[in-house]
Amino acid sequence: MAFLSRPIFALLLLFSAAFASGSAIGGGGGEEGEDFSEELLLKPLPDRKVLAHFHFETSAPEFPSYGRHHRLFPKAIAQLVKKFHIQEMELSFTQGRWNYESWGGFEPIASSNAKPPGVELWAVFDVPPDDVDASWKNLTHSLSGLFCASINFLESSTAYAAPEWSFRPAPGSLRYGTLPREAVCTENLTPWLKLLPCRDKAGISLLMDRPSIYRGFYHSQRLRLRSIKTSSDGTHSSIILEQTLTVVLHPNIQKTSSMNSGETKLQPSWSMSSIFGRKISGTCVLAKSSNVYLQLDWGLVRELKHLQNGNQEVRVDSIMEETFLSNPAFALSDEPDKVINSRSEGSSAILYEFSVRKHSDLGPFDLGFTWKTPLVWLCPQLPLRVSRFLMGSGNERGAIAISLRSTRAREGLTNAEEMVESCKVDVNVFQVVPWYIKVYYHTMKVFVDGKPIAVSDIIEKINVSPSEDKVSPGVLEMILKLPCSVDSAAFTLEFDKGFLHIDEYPPDANQGFDIPPAVITFPNFLVKMHFGEDNSSKQSAVLSRFQDSIPVRSYTEVLLVPLTTPDFSMPYNVITITCTVFALYFGSLLNVLRRRVNEEERFLKSKEKRSSPLSRLLSKLSAKLGGKPVVTSQSSARSSSFISLKLILKIILVAGIAIAWKYFSE
Amino acid sequence: MSPYTGSMYHGSPLLLLVLGPLAVKRIEGQPEHLLCSLLLVIADILNALLIRATGQSLQKAYAQHLEALDLFKLSEESGMLPSGDIAALVYLWNPFTIVACVGLSTSPIENLAILLALYGACKGLVSLAAFGWVLATHMSLYPAILLIPIILFLGYGPDAPPKKLFLQRSYGKCGTSPSSDQYCKTEDVTDPLELQIIFSWRRVMQFLLWTFIWGIYFLLLCDISVKQYGGLSEMFKRTYGFILTMKDLSPNIGVLWYFFAEVFDFFRDFFLIVFHVNILFMMLPLAIRLKHRPGFLAFVYLAISSMFKSYPSIGDSALYLAVLALFVNELADMKFSFFLFCGYVGVSLLSPVMHNLWIWRGTGNANFYFATAMAYACLQIILVVESVSAMLNHDRKLRKITTVQLADGKS
Repeated sequence: MAFLSRPIFALLLLFSAAFASGSAIGGGGGEEGEDFSEELLLKPLPDRKVLAHFHFETSAPEFPSYGRHHRLFPKAIAQLVKKFHIQEMELSFTQGRWNYESWGGFEPIASSNAKPPGVELWAVFDVPPDDVDASWKNLTHSLSGLFCASINFLESSTAYAAPEWSFRPAPGSLRYGTLPREAVCTENLTPWLKLLPCRDKAGISLLMDRPSIYRGFYHSQRLRLRSIKTSSDGTHSSIILEQTLTVVLHPNIQKTSSMNSGETKLQPSWSMSSIFGRKISGTCVLAKSSNVYLQLDWGLVRELKHLQNGNQEVRVDSIMEETFLSNPAFALSDEPDKVINSRSEGSSAILYEFSVRKHSDLGPFDLGFTWKTPLVWLCPQLPLRVSRFLMGSGNERGAIAISLRSTRAREGLTNAEEMVESCKVDVNVFQVVPWYIKVYYHTMKVFVDGKPIAVSDIIEKINVSPSEDKVSPGVLEMILKLPCSVDSAAFTLEFDKGFLHIDEYPPDANQGFDIPPAVITFPNFLVKMHFGEDNSSKQSAVLSRFQDSIPVRSYTEVLLVPLTTPDFSMPYNVITITCTVFALYFGSLLNVLRRRVNEEERFLKSKEKRSSPLSRLLSKLSAKLGGKPVVTSQSSARSSSFISLKLILKIILVAGIAIAWKYFSE
Repeated sequence: MSPYTGSMYHGSPLLLLVLGPLAVKRIEGQPEHLLCSLLLVIADILNALLIRATGQSLQKAYAQHLEALDLFKLSEESGMLPSGDIAALVYLWNPFTIVACVGLSTSPIENLAILLALYGACKGLVSLAAFGWVLATHMSLYPAILLIPIILFLGYGPDAPPKKLFLQRSYGKCGTSPSSDQYCKTEDVTDPLELQIIFSWRRVMQFLLWTFIWGIYFLLLCDISVKQYGGLSEMFKRTYGFILTMKDLSPNIGVLWYFFAEVFDFFRDFFLIVFHVNILFMMLPLAIRLKHRPGFLAFVYLAISSMFKSYPSIGDSALYLAVLALFVNELADMKFSFFLFCGYVGVSLLSPVMHNLWIWRGTGNANFYFATAMAYACLQIILVVESVSAMLNHDRKLRKITTVQLADGKS
């Protein structure tokens, strides 16, 4: 047994070595080959939490050299791109809400990875405008199969919208849809991990311990596809698949509190094993690069500078040279391979780079971060803090209000520049409203600093497409131009609540309906980090994403609108009662119309004449006795008895036929 | 932007042309809907005037007919009530009318069109009748069934006792008169009342011609106003289609919204057909039985259509109740009138309460409100059935009296 397994083991070793070298060659191949890189970014957050941002990037040429097959790129996704001509697509599964105030808003991760709860999907197609809807519908079904989620609900035209310019500048071919109530769980993560070449068996993805990931405060799993034309004539293009998982976790408090019981304000120290419950024991051999970054916010860096300045009189530049590797505030368990300074808008952040390959040579890599001094810092804030809420009570009408409040950080940013009178902040609002919220767009009211203002004064551009019952949702896109000095701005829209058919209510109808979040973009404020001339930042996928200049974007809260419900147990009762009442109407009205007193009397009289002489005699007698009225009354009395006799005869006849039938059939 | 984008407006484009600017325009220091409500108040006052004029002419005709049948006694005994004035007052003081007007419902304008048609038909103004009918049909589709009463109005003249009575009477006269049959016939021709028994096709053809002209005219106007938004087919889809398919399930005083909110989807089409056919189905029997009373027939049609309408409003009830009051003299013997009155009062008090409980407080249930709607439907049914029954009984009574008179004359 032993001598048999040894050669196999050797063969396996040989194989894996060959594979690893192959991957190295592939990585060096550049545009022709397929690339995979895995990265993890960790960041301490001001509110004693830790942000972990996994970033996996796979790229492949659209026409690979192996025919239809790919070495690293998931085939399912490649087929998807090819079949539906996807230019760009983003799918995110999110649980929890990104806390813009304490986790940051004006930074790359918040702008591109903070997603609304539930599922958000948008896609840009490279097809003629008429085929976009069909492609979208097919795409939703494919994705719902791929990710075990009910994305197929986005298929119906009431669920998605086609924003013109407010979401992304891609007129005509962009479709956007959200499912705010979609529950996100491991069943969505597993197919997502399956797209990775190493799954979660090796490399950084080994850290994804399900219980610890889903225990977090925020969990957003994202998949982004881009087809990039690499050559100028557009024939040669490549697909880039970007998979990110952003988690906000709370380090285990008990451990740290026992260690530093005296200081309550000290941030909890953490390590990979304490927040994930696992360590990185090796790299994914297929990955071109696998790095772990530790990011210190500019707010934190500033505090650290203050701290050092207080301790010893050193010039700021020299502190930058030192890059806090030995400082009184915190300590790292491992020595970083590289320290990257980033500068953006006069502030600086620091990134420590750890190469997993280097660090996991000796044993499992477990990066630890230990706080030594309590520190309080601020995160980069959004230019305007956005919140959305409902107004009004009752289930007939209400109003949506979106309020924008300036943050202090924005003042801190703009004070460097001179405050100009004509300074304006552009706010781009994109809101999709389901059809059963019938928004009256003409009721829009705008308040700046609490004072009502004419709508036309502040709105630079607006595009409204009203909802159509059971066909399409309402879409509101607008650009607000607010003066920089504004403290708060708010706008309200009134709406009527619709009434749905009993089948259109979700299973828990009394919980209410979710209105998808509004997307607020600040086109004047671009998130971009500069990493100097260092070549390494170009090679890293995360860092190159950070260098993209994208406008600051934030999502508002999901609104829960309660709608009136009919009685779900009543359909049979309602149908039968209504039908009974209308049948009564029909029957009684026809009866009234049919009844003819005079004719009846005449008919009966003619009958009477043919009836027995005794009765004729009687009637004559009575006529003589009492005059005409008596005749009629008697005849009617007679007629009733006559009718009853006839009725009895009829019944007897029918009964006889029935008995005979029964007798003969036996 | 097309007025029909967004499922907010389902009315006529012409009405929007009138009301739209009024709704937007505002006078300084006044509430914004002042101009609109002013228009509705004017429409309501016009409605009352039209009802009064119609009632007066109906009453004149009624008195004439009674006179022709030698029934002065009947009119004198019971004391003829001025039905036109009563009906106009009923319309104006009806809480339903007031509420519909205050609530800025368009029903006063729709009612105005209907009443124009009825007034024109009653007075024999063919073009006015055609105009009113076309306008009413254009605005809310259901008044289309008033075509039959209008044609009967124009053909036979205003409400009269059954034709048979006149024939009976004339024959009775012939029988009693010592002269020959020849003489009798010549007398018939000279009798002006006898002329009205004959159906006058000329006026009906005139009416149809005018209807055609007005119809073309309205279609042209609509076409011009909705040309850039998809044309007439879009307009028909959004107005009549919306009425016929019952897409909006918001609660109203009818029962159909709840019915269609609850009914299973595969039965939906069936019940849509059933409820709409229910309106049409009773048309013919009623027309046969009440052909001598086109005004009353119009009332019955209005009541039925307001019962089976997709989106009924209390404005419709206000209209048919006012038209009902035109026939106070004939319907003096109506049964259950006190019960009906109490029912109407009760429902109109309970219904807002239940609506409030269900929608605003959230303490009630949809069934509470539906129960009041159901009670209201029942009341309307009883009203229709009883009034038809009372009218037929009234005719019977007239016949009985005339036969007795004839018999007395003979003996």
